[in-house]
Amino acid sequence: MGMHLPALQVVIPLMAAGFALLAWRPRLSWTVAMAASIASFLISAQLLRQVLADGPISYNLGGWEPPWGIEYRIDALNAFVLFLVSLIAVVVTPFALRSVEQEIAAPRIPFFYAAWLLALAGLLGIAITGDLFNVFVFLEISSLAAYALISMGSDRRALSAAFRYLIVGSVGATFIVIGIGYLYVMTGTLNMADLAGRLPDVADQRPVIVGFAFLAVGICLKLALFPLHLWLPNAYTYAPSAATPFIAATYTKVAVYMLLRVFFTVFGESFSFDLMRLDAVILPLALIGIVSMSLVAIFQPDLKRMLAYSSVAQIGYMILGISFGSVTGLTAATLHMFNHAIMKGALFMAVGCMVYRLESSRIEDLAGVGRRMPLTMGAFLIGGLSIIGVPLTAGFISKWYLVLGAIERGWWPVAAVVLFGSLLAVIYIWRIVEVAYFRAPADGTATERVEAPLLLLVPTWILALANLYFGIDASLTTSAASAAASAVLGGGP
Amino acid sequence: MITLGHFNYVIVIVLMMVGFYVLISQNNLVKKVVGLNIFQTSVIIFYVSAGKIIGGTAPILIGMEEHGAAEELAGAGEAVAEVASQAAESVGEVVYSNPLPHVLMLTAIVVGVATMSMALAIIVRIREAYGTIEDDEITLMDLES
Repeated sequence: MGMHLPALQVVIPLMAAGFALLAWRPRLSWTVAMAASIASFLISAQLLRQVLADGPISYNLGGWEPPWGIEYRIDALNAFVLFLVSLIAVVVTPFALRSVEQEIAAPRIPFFYAAWLLALAGLLGIAITGDLFNVFVFLEISSLAAYALISMGSDRRALSAAFRYLIVGSVGATFIVIGIGYLYVMTGTLNMADLAGRLPDVADQRPVIVGFAFLAVGICLKLALFPLHLWLPNAYTYAPSAATPFIAATYTKVAVYMLLRVFFTVFGESFSFDLMRLDAVILPLALIGIVSMSLVAIFQPDLKRMLAYSSVAQIGYMILGISFGSVTGLTAATLHMFNHAIMKGALFMAVGCMVYRLESSRIEDLAGVGRRMPLTMGAFLIGGLSIIGVPLTAGFISKWYLVLGAIERGWWPVAAVVLFGSLLAVIYIWRIVEVAYFRAPADGTATERVEAPLLLLVPTWILALANLYFGIDASLTTSAASAAASAVLGGGP
Repeated sequence: MITLGHFNYVIVIVLMMVGFYVLISQNNLVKKVVGLNIFQTSVIIFYVSAGKIIGGTAPILIGMEEHGAAEELAGAGEAVAEVASQAAESVGEVVYSNPLPHVLMLTAIVVGVATMSMALAIIVRIREAYGTIEDDEITLMDLES
């Protein structure tokens, strides 16, 4: 059994999706989803422990040896991503129970959980597989599930948001598959490790360069890098409040993982960065993204939308770390991947609590919410401080490494932009704090306490406290992230 | 002429551009989806072309007695294929097309069908909620609300 953990990691949620649909009754399908997320979390924790202790695990599906068969290859980087995705799933699934019951009609709930589990299976699959075409297949599984999840939002704009995401996401996935096709034509293999060995021989040929370009654009569409982010704000805003933290915390992170995997492991650092100058393209985009999207976030009338724009800005930080191309930079990127997932997860779940009680996420409707929902707002505040990067929160650790990476390279202006972005984050978080604590509700009647139910509060606070925990004792995340960074750069275990 | 030699790939590029153009220029959501589908189809042809060898046959183990028949089938009609199968015969081997891209495209076709049906299902719901499937009208209604 222990031997087959890598396969079970994907198979359990995939099978559970079917069972969730068959269970039919809302509570029963939720139970299936919960059991599957707990199982995947335990498996990924065990895999992470095993990888950090003994080095990479290679699992041959069906006993077919790579490069002929499909290989699941787990090193420090994917073990970390698997852990992150299943952690978010195991925290957000309990949150979903009440929130979904309120927002979605009962007959549709089993479909929601089926899509939920398919999304989880797809994301875990992207992270675990060592086969490039498999990445595309799992990418489509997770994306299709996301379109379904978003379209179940109660506002009709959820439908147009889901449709727009579907068009953009499919174009991105098709670009990725074209890129994979070019690489296959040139090397005759789809296994990432095998590709990495064969690509240097043909690196100067035009199809490889074209394939590189297609992959870069496709993946950047998926991870919503600054000019390619237009699908993201509406999708996050109108998705059901339980789906938003899950989607926001995992999808773009897994896409960032794909970027790391393809451009460092498959193409190799020297090809991607010295020859193709990928960093020269993504560095300015990341910087523009950080500043412009934080500015846009400041002027949003809707809390969910504001956080969505802030997500695009935060993705800029991750890409910035990658564009340094150094171990410190990659550590910062991987670390921020994890930290941003827990902070955005906590923030969106706090918003979910507010939506559950107040049935609105417009900022003007939140007046006085700090007094009415003190616990929810407390969790929001911790998440907000983490976004800003205040010391003792997780956000500080990743920004610290980011600034360190910039200084290491001697890029002082870049470090300044990182700090400037944090200042802008102070503004948009403060706006909410001001409305929530210092403004009285528009109609004087609504002043009684309306705290969200425990089932929503506890998961929110778990992630909020995780922000504090990983901000104070960052040894687990930093060691995993730096192990991942050095594994990717090939600088030892 | 180079274009004739890479006829498949010319078709791929034309389809890709046509699909992408339809996708971005059309206002009607159904037409957008059709464009997306054409775009995805071009990739399927790209992969299949990459896996095909002229004169190559299906990758099935062929016994000695069916050997000739299969070659006849594979080489029928095409002069180039004739040369290829003759060359193959001289080596005593059968030329196979690469099955892997074809198999991969079975998956890609399934993915394409799933995307298409997902998109059409969302369009049905959009039509129910907005009463229109024109992109500009939907954007306008979104902005108003």
